[in-house]
Amino acid sequence: MDQLLNDFSPGLFVMQAVILLILILLMKKFAWKPILNSLDEREQGIQGALEAAEKARLEMKNLQADNEKALQEARIERDAMLKEAREIRTKMISEAEDDAKSQADKIITQAQEAIAAEKRAAVAELKSQVAELSLEIAEKVVKDELSDKKKQMQYVDKMLQDATLN
Amino acid sequence: MKITSLPIHFLAVISFLLCGSLVNAQEHSVAEANDEGPVNTQQEITDYTNHHLKDSHDFHLFSYQASDGERHSWGFSLPIILWASNGPVAFMSSEFHHDIDGEVVVEKGGSRFVNLHDKIYELEEGADSIVIGEDHHPENAHKPFDLSITKSVFGILLVGLLLLFWFGSLGKQYKKKNIPTGFGRALEPLVIYVRDEIARPNIGEHKYRKYMSFLLTVFFFIWVSNLLGMTPFGFNITGQIAVTVCLALFTFFIVQFSGNKDYWKHIFWMPDVPVIMKIILIPIEVLGMLTKPFSLLIRLFANITAGHVVVMGLIALMITLKAQFGAVGSTGLSLVLTLFISVIEILVAFLQAFIFTMLSALFIGMAVAEHDHHHEHDAEGHDIDDVEDVRESFV
Repeated sequence: MDQLLNDFSPGLFVMQAVILLILILLMKKFAWKPILNSLDEREQGIQGALEAAEKARLEMKNLQADNEKALQEARIERDAMLKEAREIRTKMISEAEDDAKSQADKIITQAQEAIAAEKRAAVAELKSQVAELSLEIAEKVVKDELSDKKKQMQYVDKMLQDATLN
Repeated sequence: MKITSLPIHFLAVISFLLCGSLVNAQEHSVAEANDEGPVNTQQEITDYTNHHLKDSHDFHLFSYQASDGERHSWGFSLPIILWASNGPVAFMSSEFHHDIDGEVVVEKGGSRFVNLHDKIYELEEGADSIVIGEDHHPENAHKPFDLSITKSVFGILLVGLLLLFWFGSLGKQYKKKNIPTGFGRALEPLVIYVRDEIARPNIGEHKYRKYMSFLLTVFFFIWVSNLLGMTPFGFNITGQIAVTVCLALFTFFIVQFSGNKDYWKHIFWMPDVPVIMKIILIPIEVLGMLTKPFSLLIRLFANITAGHVVVMGLIALMITLKAQFGAVGSTGLSLVLTLFISVIEILVAFLQAFIFTMLSALFIGMAVAEHDHHHEHDAEGHDIDDVEDVRESFV
C-alpha cells in the first residue's frame, strides 16, 4: 500500500484527468455524436425499410386475394352470362318456332280462305254461265218453236235427252 | 465544412505543440556516467522491470554496447514541467543526462532539482546534493507538483490523438456515405458492440445515450493504452495507479451525479427492512459506494502490471536460464513462453477494457434504475407480493 501511494503521481493524475476530460468532450463532438446519430439513422432506415417491405407484402397478399376474388366473380358472371345466353337462345328459337308456326297457320288459313273464296267465285261464275247457257238454249228453243212446230218438238226432245245424258 | 476540418486543425496544433516541446527530442548517444553495462544479474532484472513499470521522464527506446565498450542509449527526452516553491519551472529531461539516482543537480528558476528513481525532487535551501535517510526517503528534499510530459502523459496524448483521428474520420465518413469503408468498417462494429452489449443492457434503453461518450471514450482509451503497452515502446499507461485512479474517479462521480432518488434512498434509508437494519446498512452501503470504483482501479492496475511483470520476467528467462539451457535453449524457451503470454495479454488488454466499461455501465445503470416495481402494501403494512417477488428473482 505504501508502495502504491508512493507510486501515485499527483501530476500524472491531474494530466490524465484534464486530458481525459478534453478527450471525452472532443470525441463526443467529433466522433461519438455523428457516429451514433448515423447509426441510429441507419437502423431506423433499416427498420423503416423492413416495415415497408412487410407492408408491401401484406398489400401484395391483399391484392392477390382481391385478384382471386375478382377472378371468382368474373367466372361466376361468365357462367351467369353463358346461362342467360343459352336461355335467350332457347327462348329465341322457341319464339321463332312459334312465330313461324302461327305465320304458317295464318298463311294456311288465308290460303284456305282464298281457295274457298275462289271456289265460291268459280261456283258463282259457273252458275251464271249455266244460267246464260240455259237462257241461250231457251232462246234457241223458242226460235225453233216459232219456225217449225215439229222440229221444235224434236229439238226439245233431243235437248232433253242431252240434258238427261248429261 | 468548418466543423469537419476542426479536428484536423486540432491535431495539427497538438502535434505542433508536442513537436515544439520536443525540440531537443533527437536521439542521444550519451555514455552514461553510472553505466552498469548490459542487464545481467537477478537484481538488475528486477530493477529493470520495476523501472519499466514506473513512469519515466525519458522516452527510452533501447540501448546497446558499442564495440568500444561505450554504452549508447536511444530515445528522446521529454519536457519536465514543475510547480516548484519559486513558481513554475520547465526544462528538458535531457538536462539530467539519464541520471535517476539523484546525482545530477539541475538548477532552474532559483531551485535545485534532482531525479531520484524517475521522481523529481526539489532540494531544500542550501542543500547541494540529496541525502537519503534511513527510511529510504530523501531527508532534505520534497516533491514539487510535477506536471511533466512524462512517458505516460506522452502515451495518453498519443492514445488520445489516435482515437480522435480514427473515430473522427469515421464520424466524418457518415456525411458522405452510409456504410463506412476502410479502417472505419472495423471500428464501427466495435462502437456498436459497446453500445449494444455494454451500455444498453446495463443502463437501459432510455438513458444509455447520455453516457455513451464517456463509456466509448474510456473503453477505447483503456483498450488502445493496453495494446500500446504490448508494443516494444514500453508504454505502461494503464499500469500507472494515477491513471486508473483517475478513470475510476470519473466513473465514481458520474455514478454519484446521475444517482436518482431511489439510489440515495437505497444507500441512506434502505426500504423494506427494519429501522435498526437501516441504520446498520448505512455505513455498509456508503462503503459499497467507494469500493466499487476502488475495485475498478485496482483490477485494471493489477492486471496490466501483472501482465507486464510476467512478460518481462519471461523475456528475462533468456538471461536467468542461460547457465542451465545455454544461449539458444534459454532464448527459445523465453521466446515461446513470451509469445504464449503475449497472446493472452492481447486478450487481457481487451478484457480489462471491457470489464472496466461494463462495470462502469453497470454502476451507472444501478444509479439511474427506475424502481418501477414498487411493493404493494396492504393495510397492515406487510408486503403482499413477496412470494411473487421471490419467484421473479429466481425465474
